[in-house]
Amino acid sequence: MSQDLTELGVAAIRDGVAKGDFTAVEVAEAFNANVAAAQDALNAFIVATPEKAVDAAKAIDAKRAKGEALGKMGGVPIGMKDLFATQGVQTTAASHILEGFTPEYESTVSQKLWDAGAGMLGKLNLDQFAMGSSNETSYFGNVVSPWKRNDGGNASLAPGGSSGGSSAAVAARLCPAATGTDTGGSIRQPAAFTGITGIKPTYGRCSRWGVVAFASSLDQAGPMARDTRDCAIMLEAMAGFDPKDATSLDMPVPEWEANLSADMKGKRVGIPREYRMDGMDEDVLKSWDDGIAWLKEAGAEIVDISLPHTKYALPAYYIIAPAEASSNLARYDGVRYGLRDLPDGANLQDMYAATRAAGFGAEVKRRILIGTYVLSAGFYDAYYTQAQKVRTLISIDFKNAFESCDVILAPTAPSAAFGLGENVDDPLKMYLNDVFAVPASLAGLPAMSVPAGLNREGLPLGLQVIGKAFDEQGVLNAGLALEQRAGFTAKPDKWW
Amino acid sequence: MTESTYRIQGATGDWEVVIGLEVHAQVTSNSKLFSGSATAFGAEPNSQVSLVDAAMPGMLPVPNRECIRQAVRTGMAINAQINKWSRFDRKNYFYADLPQGYQISQLYHPLVGEGSIEIVLDDKDPEGSTKTIGIERIHVEQDAGKLMHDQHPTMSYVDLNRSGVALMEIVSRPDMRSPAEAGAYVAKLRTILRYVGSCDGNMDQGSMRCDVNVSVRRPGEPFGTRTETKNVNSVRFVMQTIEHEANRQVDLIESGGKVVQETRLFDPNTGTTRSMRSKEDAHDYRYFPDPDLLPLELDDAFLDDCRNSLPELPDAKRHRYESDLGLSPYNAGVLTADVETARWFELLLAETAKAAGKQPADVAKQAANWLISELFGALNKLGTGLAESPVTPEKGGELLALIAKGTISGSAAKQVLELMLETGDDAGTIVEREGLKQESDTGAIEAEVDKVLAANADKVEQYKAGKVQLFGFFVGQTMKAMKGKGNPQVVNEILKTKLG
Amino acid sequence: MSVDTATVAKIASLARIKLGDQELEAMVPELNGILSWVEQLGEVDVTGVEPMTAVIPNTLRLRDDVIDADPLTGGNRRDAVLANAPAAEHGFFGVPKVIE
Ligand SMILES: [Mg+2]
Ligand SMILES: [Zn+2]
Repeated sequence: MSQDLTELGVAAIRDGVAKGDFTAVEVAEAFNANVAAAQDALNAFIVATPEKAVDAAKAIDAKRAKGEALGKMGGVPIGMKDLFATQGVQTTAASHILEGFTPEYESTVSQKLWDAGAGMLGKLNLDQFAMGSSNETSYFGNVVSPWKRNDGGNASLAPGGSSGGSSAAVAARLCPAATGTDTGGSIRQPAAFTGITGIKPTYGRCSRWGVVAFASSLDQAGPMARDTRDCAIMLEAMAGFDPKDATSLDMPVPEWEANLSADMKGKRVGIPREYRMDGMDEDVLKSWDDGIAWLKEAGAEIVDISLPHTKYALPAYYIIAPAEASSNLARYDGVRYGLRDLPDGANLQDMYAATRAAGFGAEVKRRILIGTYVLSAGFYDAYYTQAQKVRTLISIDFKNAFESCDVILAPTAPSAAFGLGENVDDPLKMYLNDVFAVPASLAGLPAMSVPAGLNREGLPLGLQVIGKAFDEQGVLNAGLALEQRAGFTAKPDKWW
Repeated sequence: MTESTYRIQGATGDWEVVIGLEVHAQVTSNSKLFSGSATAFGAEPNSQVSLVDAAMPGMLPVPNRECIRQAVRTGMAINAQINKWSRFDRKNYFYADLPQGYQISQLYHPLVGEGSIEIVLDDKDPEGSTKTIGIERIHVEQDAGKLMHDQHPTMSYVDLNRSGVALMEIVSRPDMRSPAEAGAYVAKLRTILRYVGSCDGNMDQGSMRCDVNVSVRRPGEPFGTRTETKNVNSVRFVMQTIEHEANRQVDLIESGGKVVQETRLFDPNTGTTRSMRSKEDAHDYRYFPDPDLLPLELDDAFLDDCRNSLPELPDAKRHRYESDLGLSPYNAGVLTADVETARWFELLLAETAKAAGKQPADVAKQAANWLISELFGALNKLGTGLAESPVTPEKGGELLALIAKGTISGSAAKQVLELMLETGDDAGTIVEREGLKQESDTGAIEAEVDKVLAANADKVEQYKAGKVQLFGFFVGQTMKAMKGKGNPQVVNEILKTKLG
Repeated sequence: MSVDTATVAKIASLARIKLGDQELEAMVPELNGILSWVEQLGEVDVTGVEPMTAVIPNTLRLRDDVIDADPLTGGNRRDAVLANAPAAEHGFFGVPKVIE
């Protein structure tokens, strides 16, 4: 074959299969080969499912032969973050406690993707229970970013987290797109670290049914792909009302792809002054300035805005998310599924404590303990209620800001990818990775990361666009405007 | 309002008992509170369990409208404040019957607020012996699963069929002061729930369970330390629990001990309570709003529908039976104590009135008396109840109409009822077959009376001279002449006229 | 507020996570680091502010009272429910014997 099919994105594959330029099976096989070849080096997948990818592709090719419609994602093989339950395929949340767990059900989002014609290449690695920013908390070993610094060294870099398997796999051309989930930046930060595009939609757009819960009031699924158009296509396939999720938005799914436009005339772009923090990375500041210039060039008006409670977003998040997690993760108790550790002579409560001690990793334990503490008698109001009040203030900040702008532009993360092992011993330093991502999560707003360029070390930096609730279109359009001007074509050299 | 005089006589004096009850009532619904699996009693283990009930990873709760509706209707039936804005909270603890590791309940913002019910302390004097018991709140929550301990030497077995079934927790104020008051409260609550249709009230199947909070104090002093005895499942056991617990606490205090706030278990075999060690490790339930569920906001249309669908409630019905139907307070109380009895009575009344061609109020007393003293007695003897009665309200109405129209005598009616229960035949058929019809034709009776008076002219003289006790003799002679089938009322009337 | 070893042990017990002595000791300063950092929230004036309830304006939908309307959220699937159980016996989940 003359063309390397794994260089193609979602739209190109979908259109090429539909036109008959190549078959879906050819595409699936090409990506399957990349997945297999990269596994030892990148560890992006927990389980590869090449036969599933081929079977789905065969079904698409058969449909095409019969002249049937192929679906929004027809013929596109994707990676599935291992937080989504997949029927008959091990689903672990990258934890030991769920090792071997094979769901008898399919998550709503993954089912929608299969219904749209996508196929599954495998289950992608992540931070354990989506708790982490570097993929180093996975029980199945960390993912290694395909990117290297240009310093001649060979340091292994973090692909970001928690959707680090997804970001690495897309960046390394192991799949054209992958699902991610974002609780406090878990789609945007890894996208930024690996030079790809990812969007977290408005809270409630994508069903949480069948997605292993981390923090219910924050968790949102979204697509991670090479560019804005691919994200729009995939988000259309993932989103939609689900009666099985009481927080699901009962609204039609807009035609985001069809309405893409990079014309920013008449749009006001807010620049939050509180995001300009002391001691910020110069390259990050420069890419932000580039972004401002690009959007101006695209016709937008730039306005200065204030989000006064920005500073408190991260600490509020680190109360709310662990509190919800401490309760959400109580179900992993060794009774109905997953790991059971039953020491000799142990009673029921001993079994719980032993199972959970053996099954959860250190960061998960840390967050469960924090969450348990902040909800406990006498501390609930001081921590949890206070944090939820601050969350209200953060949400009001955004509402006020959107009086004077249509979208907000900010960096995605305070730095480019860091080296594996650099932050593991300092949880607080690790948490700071999400300082720009968390506010939009707390307010449930759609937010996207688009590659903006490379820093001096040759590593990708991302720009973040935050939109009003339900305005994914505005976010995608601003993202497209940035993308067109950034002209980001860099990709990691293949060293694996 | 009656003040209770119930006291525990201790060695050092009298003690007053203070009782508050938390009743868990299973909401009548087809499916569970947050999942679509069935709620029916007695199914195969774990057959009525969804992935949601088993708390599989990624499962989410979606509330059942009917469960909310029934709880709201119940709140309305006790004149409670209905909160248009409420929330579900998680109560976190680890136990094998609790798959999620938390129970979805309502702590901070319950669906139903302050209400009350009126209890009757003396059946014979239902109007004069009432007491109002405050209800603090009703909240909606999930039931837990069931553990079985006796099927395996080293394991307990978990059945999640009940897990996630909707419960109303109805929390009373500590307003009760005697076992009898508590018993009356539970019985009345059950009556109301069954009227409303929000709970079937089957205590033996666990549809209603009581957590009994008991403390003792010297009359007039502040509340003492209370204990909570869990899951007591009959009115009698509730009363036994209180008696035993109150006496135990008095003995304990009087012998220099201290009551500890703890959870206890009632043993129906011994009628005693004991400390429940397994629940004793210091619980900290870490309640917080369930982030999987948004606030529950009810609109006026929903509340109107709830209100409009409420039936006539027991107190209103009892008052109506007294004022409109002229029933005695006792009879009105008996007939309204259970919704099925009241329903049966009202059908009987309608059938009787129709068959007799009279107004319901004119046959109400007769119907009430017959139902309470005749049919209940007969069914009792057969060891059965109204629900299984071979005599339907329609057939009963026919029988009562035969009495009302004077076709049969009261004593014949007893015989007819017995035969109806035995054979299942209609009253009319039996009366025909057995020749039990009485003569009510005034002409025929007058002719017989004339004959009797003519044959006993001497006695007529004596009667007229003042020996009025001879009246019975004339009645007897007439009845005898008519082979017992003369309508005694008509016979009496005619004799009175003829004798002046 | 800061936590001591006994408090962390109590929290771990509430959370049913068995911690070895070393793990416990290591956890104390980690949790204190996080707690003292999140306590900056105390600076925020929240007078008159309601705690967040619904992040996106939305109210709770109620479902119809229908049994097994969707097999994914309905019953009658005991095999699926027990399929991953570490100790399923005779249609039950087995756990170490509980004495009540
Ligand atoms: Mg209780
Ligand atoms: Zn309860």
